[in-house]
Amino acid sequence: MSTPLLELRNVTKIFGSKTEYTVALDDMTLAFDENLPKIIAVVGESGSGKTTTGMLLLGFYGPTMGQALFRGKPLSELKGPDLFQFRREVQAVFQDPFAVYNPFYKVDNLLSIPIKNFKLADSKAGARDLMEDALERVGLRPEETLGRYPHQLSGGQRQRIAVARALLLKPKFLVTDEPVSMVDASLRSTILKSLRAMNQEFGIPILYITHDLTTAYHISDYIIILYRGSVMEAGDVDSIIRDPHHPYTKLLVSSIPWPNPELSWGGTEEMIQKSQVAFKAITGCKFAPRCPYRMDICDTKAPELFRPQNNRVVACYLNRDNEVLSRADLSKVFAEA
Amino acid sequence: MSEPVLQIKNLKVYYYVEAGAVKAVDDVSFDLDFGVKMGLVGESGSGKSTMALALMRMIKPPGKIEEGQMILDGTDLVGLSEERMRQTRLRKLAMIPQGAMNALNPVMRIDKQLVDGMLDHGIVLSKEEREERVAQLLEMVDLAPKVGKMYPHELSGGMQQRVTVAQSISMEPDVIIADEPTSALDVVIQRQVMETINRLQQKLGLSIILIGHDMGLMAQSVDRLAVMYAGRMMEIGEIRAMFRNPLHPYTQLLIESLPVLDNKGVFSGIPGITPSLVNPPAGCVFHTRCPKAWDLCREKTPEFVEVQSGRWVACHLHTA
Repeated sequence: MSTPLLELRNVTKIFGSKTEYTVALDDMTLAFDENLPKIIAVVGESGSGKTTTGMLLLGFYGPTMGQALFRGKPLSELKGPDLFQFRREVQAVFQDPFAVYNPFYKVDNLLSIPIKNFKLADSKAGARDLMEDALERVGLRPEETLGRYPHQLSGGQRQRIAVARALLLKPKFLVTDEPVSMVDASLRSTILKSLRAMNQEFGIPILYITHDLTTAYHISDYIIILYRGSVMEAGDVDSIIRDPHHPYTKLLVSSIPWPNPELSWGGTEEMIQKSQVAFKAITGCKFAPRCPYRMDICDTKAPELFRPQNNRVVACYLNRDNEVLSRADLSKVFAEA
Repeated sequence: MSEPVLQIKNLKVYYYVEAGAVKAVDDVSFDLDFGVKMGLVGESGSGKSTMALALMRMIKPPGKIEEGQMILDGTDLVGLSEERMRQTRLRKLAMIPQGAMNALNPVMRIDKQLVDGMLDHGIVLSKEEREERVAQLLEMVDLAPKVGKMYPHELSGGMQQRVTVAQSISMEPDVIIADEPTSALDVVIQRQVMETINRLQQKLGLSIILIGHDMGLMAQSVDRLAVMYAGRMMEIGEIRAMFRNPLHPYTQLLIESLPVLDNKGVFSGIPGITPSLVNPPAGCVFHTRCPKAWDLCREKTPEFVEVQSGRWVACHLHTA
């Protein structure tokens, strides 16, 4: 295998002081190949480490242990042309379509600054063409968008401009953190469509971070379910949503509010009520305190990644009859059809 | 059929801005029956949050309740004096706000915040009674008694939201307006909070208006659904009937655009944009985006009529 484009190698991220701390991400290894244009969703509740994963990949946080690498080099040591290349090839779309804009500048700024910084155009007309092209690709009409101030556009339009900005740079990898959670339901589909098109037409791999299993199911090829900083289940999104193996995934999937009154929330009362258990240092499986299937071994040793199918792994002793995949090889399940 | 606990009649709420009057709620009428949970959905700018504020009589200038009636338990809220309205809030009509973190006082312990409303309404409680009531309220929303001695920042988002639920039921009102109470929460927590609200509804005989834009949540938790668009009520009906057989083209498109298990990868939105509320289109407000619009729709605003028992719709397809 060639050097991955972006990689977390045995990364642990701890926030807080020596006495009072939170392990946001616990020994995570994850590699993204630029030749694998897939959409991978990272899903979990608040505190699962999903946003931390994105922040580490973008270099906004440094790992407490382990390494975050871009083309084999640690992000923290990137300099000069390497840093420039990283900034161009790895792009992000964030949650809040208000906060990424400076209200005093026209929205054009969000597009013209990267064109200038990365010298994408050699003339004003060329820059304008690039901007118009990027906007059209996300389904916006340039004449209705350019020259406006952020407050004159809807949240959906603003969020699509953010996608257009990422697209402009023809990145090799895109990190999106809750890109549709602050947008109206009727506009979500247009943004998801733009992301999907970006992935398929330009072959850009996308990491889709969300707490919303519904959109994760719809847009992604693979999914990683995180709970308190550890992978619970990962692999092919269809198999996992339709037939979850891990008790935590089962809980999540049964809590999806499907828009169908005939299909009601399933009963997993026990796990639901136990969710307020305090987080203590846990040596075994992190989900054990809430798990109705808990066995003795769950408290003593964290489960390995068991691999019931080539394209999925489950960190749960209920699946212990299957072969074990080393945590370092997690990315292998994403290469399987 | 039971008497409605709340009747809204031809309510109009306008915001006066430089460009003219923004018709945020325009001629809306509906009934809320006793013990019913009604969902009110719409996109941003549909008027659903203005509706919530109007019900609480909390519309502030430049907004104004232009005309109409809101009859709660025989009293028209629109005509009440500010003082009478203040007495009505919490006692008869309470609100669960959207962002719990902004609704709680960060420097006041939870127990104090829970009884604050009661004290303000002139209820005299001894120290013991106060403690007992706090413990009772916390228990009703599945929070441990020790939460009373904590500050909001020590609680998770779901716990904070439960505190606002406890506040809203502190004087056992008839009607609760819940404005997107779970939109900031994760799916599992959202479900827990909704289940708590459901249980309280049964126990206390509450009638609830649940405002939101998440049709999935509505499908899972309400009895009736009301759909607003551009300040107007489009359709109201029993939840299953609405999903099975939406009558209004807007409701149809809204339901078709929802991601379900069997349409993976299909992203369909509703084409077009919401109209200006200062100069709404003539005729039906939805005609500019409606695939079934014809001449009449551009000329005449459809009446909101009961086409089947309990099923109301404003569309010429069903009323002309």
